[in-house]
Amino acid sequence: MGKPNDLVQGTLDLLILKTLSPEAMHGWAIAKRIQQVSGEVLQVQQGSLYPALHRLEQQGWIRAKWAESETGRQAKFYALTAAGRGQLEKETANWNRLSAAIELIMTEA
Amino acid sequence: MRWLTQLRMRIQMLFQRGQAGARLDDELRFHLEQQIAENLAAGMSAEEARFAALRAFGNPALLREQARATWSWTWLELLMRDVRYGVRTLARTPGFTAIAILVMALGIGANVALFTIVRSVLLKPLPFQDPERLVRLYEQSADDSFPYNDSAAGVFAEWKRLSHGFTDLAICGYGGYNLSGSGEQLPEAVRAATFSWNFLPTLGVRPALGRNFTASDDQPSANPTVLLSWGLWKRRFGGNPSIVNQTILLNAKPYTVIGVMPASFAYPEAAIQLWTPIYHEEPASEITAIDSHDFRVIGRLKPGVTETQAVSELTLFTLRLHNQHLDDPFVSKGANIRPLLDSLVGEVKTPLYVLLAATGCLLLIACLNVANLLVARAAARHKELGIRMALGGSRLRLLRQHLMESLLLSAAGGAVGFLLAYGVLQWFVSARHDMARVEAIHVDGVVAAFAAGLVLLCAAFSGLISSLSAKSDQVLSSLQESSRAHSAGHARARLRAVLLTLEVGLTVVLLISAGLLLKSYDKLRSADLGCLTQNVLKMNFALQFSQPAQRANFFDTLLARVRNVPGVQAAGLINPVVPGDGYGGDSGFAIPEHPAPPQGKLLYALHRWADPGYFAAIGIPILRGHAFDDNQRPGHATEVIISEEFARQNFPGEDPIGKHLRTLGQRPFEIVGVAGDTSYSAGEAVEPMMYFALDASDDTNDAALVIRSGRDVTQFALPIQRIVAQMDRDLPVSNILTMDQVVGRNTLDASFDATLLVVFAGLSLLLAAVGLFGVLSYIVAQRTSEIGIRIALGAQREQVLRKVLLDGLRPALLGLAFGLVASVGAVRLIQSMLYGTQLLDPAVFAAVSATLLLVSGVACIVPAWRASRLDPMQALRTE
Repeated sequence: MGKPNDLVQGTLDLLILKTLSPEAMHGWAIAKRIQQVSGEVLQVQQGSLYPALHRLEQQGWIRAKWAESETGRQAKFYALTAAGRGQLEKETANWNRLSAAIELIMTEA
Repeated sequence: MRWLTQLRMRIQMLFQRGQAGARLDDELRFHLEQQIAENLAAGMSAEEARFAALRAFGNPALLREQARATWSWTWLELLMRDVRYGVRTLARTPGFTAIAILVMALGIGANVALFTIVRSVLLKPLPFQDPERLVRLYEQSADDSFPYNDSAAGVFAEWKRLSHGFTDLAICGYGGYNLSGSGEQLPEAVRAATFSWNFLPTLGVRPALGRNFTASDDQPSANPTVLLSWGLWKRRFGGNPSIVNQTILLNAKPYTVIGVMPASFAYPEAAIQLWTPIYHEEPASEITAIDSHDFRVIGRLKPGVTETQAVSELTLFTLRLHNQHLDDPFVSKGANIRPLLDSLVGEVKTPLYVLLAATGCLLLIACLNVANLLVARAAARHKELGIRMALGGSRLRLLRQHLMESLLLSAAGGAVGFLLAYGVLQWFVSARHDMARVEAIHVDGVVAAFAAGLVLLCAAFSGLISSLSAKSDQVLSSLQESSRAHSAGHARARLRAVLLTLEVGLTVVLLISAGLLLKSYDKLRSADLGCLTQNVLKMNFALQFSQPAQRANFFDTLLARVRNVPGVQAAGLINPVVPGDGYGGDSGFAIPEHPAPPQGKLLYALHRWADPGYFAAIGIPILRGHAFDDNQRPGHATEVIISEEFARQNFPGEDPIGKHLRTLGQRPFEIVGVAGDTSYSAGEAVEPMMYFALDASDDTNDAALVIRSGRDVTQFALPIQRIVAQMDRDLPVSNILTMDQVVGRNTLDASFDATLLVVFAGLSLLLAAVGLFGVLSYIVAQRTSEIGIRIALGAQREQVLRKVLLDGLRPALLGLAFGLVASVGAVRLIQSMLYGTQLLDPAVFAAVSATLLLVSGVACIVPAWRASRLDPMQALRTE
């Protein structure tokens, strides 16, 4: 059960930030949303998800709040902070550059 | 604003960690519940849904750990866990823990105390301005026998007038006064120093109250002025600041108090109670003399001038003076220089460093012992460690925990030791208030940091040594090895034996040093002063008469009344000091019957002034001739008595009786007797001495009264003080001591150093014995079944006993050999502290070897005997 490697970890952070950008969500919903949107390709393991959420919270990119979930039970909802929004933009730009570069290599080489 | 959020998170994580943990559990449970709900919705049964969810979820404990790992302060959490675990493990063996902490406390405490003393006394700069530029200047005597002699005031004046290397030169002399009491107060004899007016500015010190001497105070015609010490001001004048500009009576003369020195000021020594201006106090003859070496000269080097440059110039001036006065052999011909700090603490340097080295050894032994105990524990927990390794505990994790245990032990030991050191220092300051700079000894931040450093060092040392022995990578073999205890932990036993050898070796070095010092002290203690020491009492006083006849009259009356006290067998008077009470001063002399000595040869001897009854009173034999006649009255004294050593050096093969001595600038005295030799300080070589009649002295008012009795002589102290008070209410009596106490003061240093070293050596011996006992007991316990088999197979119990005993004694013998060899080098360090004792004293070396063998034999015999008494059936069943 080693820690996820850097690329995966960085990517997971980006996915979480992106997923949280429209609204606050709890961990379960975040995992579900990523799974759904990616067309069931990306399955986020709990072993990666919660450490990532806590790390992002410690870094101040996201903020947690306890609130009532759709089932009426108390759940921990995560929301982007202002700093997190800025970070998302930066990471998105990075990602776009990186994926464009990879795309170039895949098509041209 | 992100840093603010982060800060908030950090604080939250520090103080609400438990709550955060509960919330994490809740969060994870919510996730699980959602999964179960989804599974139910997909049509699974309740139980199936739950199992499927748990399977998908993975290891919840691990997940929790990984999430927690992202929080701040994880290192702190791990540390706390290690501490908690360490405390719990240590608490499980309270006996071991208590012993280890005590051992550490002794080692660390002794070192912290000695370090504080060494730092405060030897290393801390003097409390003066730019103290590194302050130097003490000395004259080098013409015959080179006194390279660091005190200076003459006349030579100082020449230095001050001509030198270029100093910002300033200043001079200081010794004095003493009778301080009169006012109201109900008793008179008191106070020690004093005389300063030139620029002395304090040269040091860069100012009075705490009032002002310093001015140049106009510091001349013969000035009004008398005095500076008080802080202690005297507090004690005698109630700390009242209005004392400044008031008048006090010193030797019955009024002196105006112009200031009070700060509490930290103690120059030239802590016993000085007041200071007066030197050029006002000293007679003109002393101030102009170039051959009377009674003063201390200090200087402040100019920036950029080295000591060598500064002193070479002074040497030149002194040599010129010498060459101008070739007829006076007591004019020095050179100068020497030393940092002021060295001149103050030079004498205590070696003893303090020796004691520091001894405490260092003690600490090393303590660490070795604790390491030894930890090695034994590691061996006992061998299996536990093996299992933990097998379960995936990382090496680093185990090492960290191991170190944490030794850190906990050292920290607890350090805390106890620090308190111990604090107490020891309090005691030291009160017991050794005579030592130079003892007033500077304080526990401060640096000392605390030193203690903390020692704790870390000891923890690392004992922890690493013991963990080195834990070969935890051989998990399998360790599990197998301990499954059957035949030759378990041999490597460990060998390591412990090496540690023990070292420990015993160091102990031997300490024991031998202590033994030598003890023997030297014993020699010193029994050194013959040359006079009676039992039931003899002496007391000092200083008269204030200006006429010799008045003084002679006082002495006559006093002696007559004291001799009349029932029980007093004999009484006499001596000036300046009784044997053992100090050098007391010397004079040059010439023998008119002899040709002039060769150029550069100094003829001088210690001088004393005694009444005719003194020799009988203190028991100095008159070997030839007779004691003074009764006609040696003021103005008519013509007789001198010389000591045996004086006769040996100056009248070899000649009868000195009837010959004459001429002291410098005086009429000749006739030698009427030869007295037995006496030492001016116990353990010092006998110096030639000459006695003049008490009444022959023109300007000295000091004297010591000596009383002898057949029984406890101290009971006469009060009646005689009463007699003195009746004769002069304002005459203080000081230094009332039996001769035994005088000798005791001579040997205080030696007894102090020897006692401390004996204590340290004793502690090391105890630690070494405990170590030996522990190792052997451990080996025996490890080999119980092996020994059982041997006995079952028919080994004789004596054989077993001998074998185990040899196992235990081997490190002791090796250590003894190593220690003896090391001692041969180490004792050189204490060479200068020894009196009448050989460096390689065979008796001490033999006694130490015998003690060590005896103690290690006793430490080893118990486990060896226990091994030989093993019941084979019992032994074979133990595993």
